[in-house]
Amino acid sequence: MSLDPAAVRRIARLARLRVNDAEVAALQTDLNSILGWIDQLNEVDVTGVEPLTGGTSIALRQREDVVTVPDLTEDVLSNAPDRDGPFYTVPKVVE
Amino acid sequence: MASYTLEGSTGTWEIVCGLEVHAQVTSKSKLFSGASAEYGAEPNSHVSLVDAAFPGMLPVINHECVAQAVRTGLGLNAQINLWSRFDRKNYFYADLPQGYQISQFAHPIIGEGVVDVVLSDGSVKQIGITRLHLEQDAGKSLHDQDPTKSFIDLNRSGVALMEIVSEPDIRSPEEAGAYLTKLRQIVRYLGTCDGNMDEGSMRADVNVSVRKAGEEFRTRCEIKNVNSIRFVMLAVDAEAKRQIAIWEDGGEVVQETRLFDVSKMETRSMRSKEDAHDYRYFPDPDLLPLILEQAWVDELKSHLPELPDAKVARFQSQYGLSPYDARILTGEQITADFYEQVAGSRDAKKAANFIMGDYFAALNKNGWNIESSPITIAQIIDLLDLQDKQVINGRIAKEVWEANVAAYAEVDRETWAQVSFSPSQYVDEKGLKQVLDTGAIDAAVDAVLAANADKVAAFKGGQEKLFGFFVGQVMKAMAGKGNPALVNEALKAKLS
Amino acid sequence: MFDLSLKDARDALRAKKFSSRELTSAYLGAVEQLNPTLNAYITTTPDLALQHADAADKALASGDARALTGIPLAIKDLFCTKGVRTTAASKILSPFVPPYESTVTANLLADGAVFLGKANLDEFAMGSSNMTSAFGGVTNPWQRQGSDAKLVPGGSSGGSAAAVAARIALGATATDTGGSIRQPASFCGIAGIKPTYGRCSRWGVVAFASSLDQAGPVARTVEDCAILLGSMAGFDDKDSTSANMPVPDFAAACARGVKGLRIGVPKEYRMEGLDPVIDKLWQQGLDWLRDAGAEIVDISLPHTKYGLATYYIVAPAEASSNLARYDGVRYGARSPGRDLIEMYENTRADGFGAEVKRRIMIGTYVLSAGYYDAYYLKAQKVRALILKDFTDAFGRVDAILTPTAPSAAFGQGEKMDDPVTMYLNDVFTVPVNMAGLPGLSLPAGLDHQGLPLGLQVIGRPFDEETVFAVGQALEKAAGFTALPTLRAGV
Repeated sequence: MSLDPAAVRRIARLARLRVNDAEVAALQTDLNSILGWIDQLNEVDVTGVEPLTGGTSIALRQREDVVTVPDLTEDVLSNAPDRDGPFYTVPKVVE
Repeated sequence: MASYTLEGSTGTWEIVCGLEVHAQVTSKSKLFSGASAEYGAEPNSHVSLVDAAFPGMLPVINHECVAQAVRTGLGLNAQINLWSRFDRKNYFYADLPQGYQISQFAHPIIGEGVVDVVLSDGSVKQIGITRLHLEQDAGKSLHDQDPTKSFIDLNRSGVALMEIVSEPDIRSPEEAGAYLTKLRQIVRYLGTCDGNMDEGSMRADVNVSVRKAGEEFRTRCEIKNVNSIRFVMLAVDAEAKRQIAIWEDGGEVVQETRLFDVSKMETRSMRSKEDAHDYRYFPDPDLLPLILEQAWVDELKSHLPELPDAKVARFQSQYGLSPYDARILTGEQITADFYEQVAGSRDAKKAANFIMGDYFAALNKNGWNIESSPITIAQIIDLLDLQDKQVINGRIAKEVWEANVAAYAEVDRETWAQVSFSPSQYVDEKGLKQVLDTGAIDAAVDAVLAANADKVAAFKGGQEKLFGFFVGQVMKAMAGKGNPALVNEALKAKLS
Repeated sequence: MFDLSLKDARDALRAKKFSSRELTSAYLGAVEQLNPTLNAYITTTPDLALQHADAADKALASGDARALTGIPLAIKDLFCTKGVRTTAASKILSPFVPPYESTVTANLLADGAVFLGKANLDEFAMGSSNMTSAFGGVTNPWQRQGSDAKLVPGGSSGGSAAAVAARIALGATATDTGGSIRQPASFCGIAGIKPTYGRCSRWGVVAFASSLDQAGPVARTVEDCAILLGSMAGFDDKDSTSANMPVPDFAAACARGVKGLRIGVPKEYRMEGLDPVIDKLWQQGLDWLRDAGAEIVDISLPHTKYGLATYYIVAPAEASSNLARYDGVRYGARSPGRDLIEMYENTRADGFGAEVKRRIMIGTYVLSAGYYDAYYLKAQKVRALILKDFTDAFGRVDAILTPTAPSAAFGQGEKMDDPVTMYLNDVFTVPVNMAGLPGLSLPAGLDHQGLPLGLQVIGRPFDEETVFAVGQALEKAAGFTALPTLRAGV
C-alpha cells in the first residue's frame, strides 16, 4: 500500500497535525517505508484465528454506582492553558 | 403503499424514517468515572480526572449503568447480548476531552427488539428496534459567551447514554411522534431515563428519506439533536417535503447531516465536516469484554415494574376501561398508580371519568401535576363516595369539587399544610344534600309549570326541547339539590 | 556508598550505617555532577528528595521501615507525580504539573522511597535510543574502548537505565511497550524486568499503547529489580486491565536456583546476520544454566519474525488514539490558531516530535476506513498466533532464554536515516509484549568493544518468580562486574 501526498494530507487532517509541503514529502517517504515493511504480514495465514485484544482475557470488572469524586473544579482547571472562571476556553469553532 | 403519503407533481411519495434516540441513563455516577451524573451543577464541578482525560487516566465501568441498559432492553422486548464490547469512536471536538468517545460499535449490549405503538385511529404498529448500546455523553460547548472564544463545561462529559436505534419502519410524522412517546414512556416506567427532552436527557437524531411505492430505499439525511417530540414530527415533515422537491426537480438528495431550525421550521445543512465520518472504530484496549450472567439478567427481569402495554391490558380487563381511557390513565406510571388508588373497589369507570375530566382539568388550570397537586386521594374518594351513595347529585358534586380546588388554589403554597378541606363536611355545612323527597319535588315542579303556562302549552304543542328549560327552572328553584332522575320523572308525569 | 546495590544500601540504612539523608545527599551530589553530561534527568527534585529522606530517617528511627524506606530512585518522566512536572519528554506536556500521583509511584512512596527526579525518555515512550526526547538525548555512561564517542543508552527508558548505570540513582522506574525496559538495560549493563501485562497498574502512567504498556523496574541486580517490583506491583481497581492477583515475594524467589527447570531455546531467534558475539554469549548462557542443573530444550516460536510488523501496527494504532487528548484545551502547551481546528493542528504539530508524528500517522492510517481489516484486525490475529506459539512452548519449558538486543549500544546519530532500521532493535523483545509475558534482561558479558550485552529470560504469565530465579542463576554465573566510564564514586 503506497501513499501519495494527498493521502498523507488527509491522514494529517484526521490526526489534526498541521503539515507543510516539505513535511508531507518526508512523511510520505517514511510512512511508505514503514508500510512496505509491515506488508510482510500478508504472508501469514490467519484463517479461523480470533483476534487477541489484551493480556488476560477475563471479563470486565464493574464498579458500584457511587459518587466517589468530589468537586474537583480547581484540579480539573489547574493546568488550563486558557480559562474564564470555571470554564475552559478555546478559539471558536467556525460553524 | 404506506397509509400516509405526500402528493408530488410526479406522483405519490411515502416517507421512510428511523430514529436514533440518545437517552441519558439514570444513575448516581457516570459510565466510566465516579463523578456525579446529576444535572445542573456549577460548570466543571462534576468532572473527574478521567472525564477531563488527563494523562494516564483509565475507565472503570459502572455496574448500575449496565443494569439500566439491560432493563431497557427487556422493556423493548429485545435480545440481551451476554457478551458485548466497547469500541473507541475517534474524532476531535472541544467537548470530547479524550479525542474519542467510548461507545459500542461492533457488539452492542442489546440486540433486536420491537415496540408496539398505538396510533390515533387505534391501530397498532410495530416498530423494530435494531440495537441499543451504551456510550459516553460529551461535554457542552457554549458559543455565545464571548465573541472569539467558546466556553467548555465538562459536567456532562462521561455521563452514560443509551443509544436506541430503530429500524426504518416509521412511515409518517405521527408514527415518529408516537414511537418517541412510547419509548419515553417505557424508560420512565423502568426508571432507566427520566426522558426530560427539554433538559437534554433524551434527544433524537432523525433519519429521513422518501420513495415511491415499491421502490428500494433512496438516500437519507440525518437531522441531529432534535429535542422535543413535536419538533421531531415537524422535522420529519419538513425534511420529507424538502427531499421530494429535490427529486421532483430532477436533482439528487445528498446524504448529509442536518439540523432542524425551529424558527424557520425547516432543516438546514450542518457545516460540512469532510472526514467527520471516519471514526476509526477499534476495540478500547483499556477495557475488557462485558460479560453478563443469564441468571443476573433473569433476576433483573423478575424485578421490572409492570410495563405500559401490560398495564393497559390489565386496566381494560380489571377495570373495564376502554382502550383509549386505559392508555390515557397509564401514560405516566404515577398517573396509573394514582388512578388505582382512587379506583380501589369502587366504580372504576366513574373514577376514570372523574380523573380524566375534572381532576386533570384542575391540574392544568392551576399548573399542577399529580406529584405537586395538593388534592389528596382521601378528598377525591370522599367526593366520589358522596356521589355513589346519592348524597349529592352531579351538579352539586361539581360545586364541591370547585370549592375543594379553590381551598388550595386561592391561598399561598406555604399554607397548604394548614388547609383541611373535607367534601363531606362541606356538604353538611352548606346543606347541599340532594333532595329525594318527592313531595318537595312535586311542589317545585308545580310552581314552575304554573309560572310558565305559555311554555307548557308550547311544549304540549310539540316543542320538546322546552323540557330542558323546565328541568333547569326546577333545579334553580331547588338550589340545584333536586335529584335529577326524580325531577325528570315528576316533570314527565305532570307534562303528559 | 555508590558501590552498594539497592539491597545492600537498604540493609545499611536499617543497620544505621548511614542515614537516608546522607545517602540521598550523596546521590543528589552525583546527579548534579553527572547529569549535565548524561542528561539522564529532565527534572531533578532535590528539595522533595530531602523531604522524603528525612521522613525515611524518622521511620527508620521508630522501627517503622518499609520495603524501600530511604532508597533514592529516579522516576521515568512518564509516571504522573503529584505537584512535580511530568513531561513524557514532550514539548506538548512541558508545562504539565499533575494534580495526582500514579498508582505505581504512590506504591513506592508508601513503601518509603525517595524520589531524586524525573528520568529522561524517548518522547511518549516511542523509541529505542532516547534520542527523540524534546529535552535532548541521553548519553550512555558506557563508551567503546578507546573512544569517547557518545553512545545511546537505548530506549525508551534511556534516562532511567543511564541513571542507574552511572550510579546517579539506586534504582529507577521504567515502562516497556516493545522492549523499553529490557533493551536499555542491556545497552547500559544493568538489570530490568517488564512484568506480566496487568501486574503493575497503568493508572497515572502516560499511555502509549494500552494493550502493551507495562511499568517495571531497572536496577543494578536481579534481586534489586525483584525488590522494586514487589513494591510497584499490585491490583488497582482504577485500572480495568489490572490483574487481581496477589503479589508474591519476588525477592525470595531470586535464590531458588534452576535445578530441574526446562529452559527453551527458540530457533527462530537465531536470525540471519545475528552478531556472532551475541550468539556466543547466548550459548554461554545456556551452558551456565545447564551447569546449574537446568535442562535445555529446543523450541520453535514460528511467528517470531512477524512480531515487529505486528507491533508497528498495533502500537501506533493505539497510540494515535491515546495521544488525541493532547490538544491544548485542558493542559499542556497550546499554540494559537484562528479557530479550533487551526489551534489543534498547530498545537500538535508544534508540540509533537517527528517520531511521535510518524507513529500517530501510521496509527491513524491503519485504523482508517477501508484499512482496519487489512492492518489492525490482521495484526491482532497474528498477535494471537504469537501468543499461541508461547503457550504451546510453555507446555514443554518453564522459561525461555534469548539475547535481549541484536547489538550493543550504538552511537548517537546512528540508525537515524530510516525509521525501520531503528525499529529492528526491538526484534527480540517485542514478541514478549505482544504475548503479555514477563521478560527480564540482565548483563551477561561484553562485546569486543567493551560494551555490555544482555540476555533475556521470558516466563509464563504471572510467573515472574521463575524468571527471577533463572535471572539470578545467570547473574551469578556471569559474574558481570564491568563498570561504565561515566559514573559516580569514581
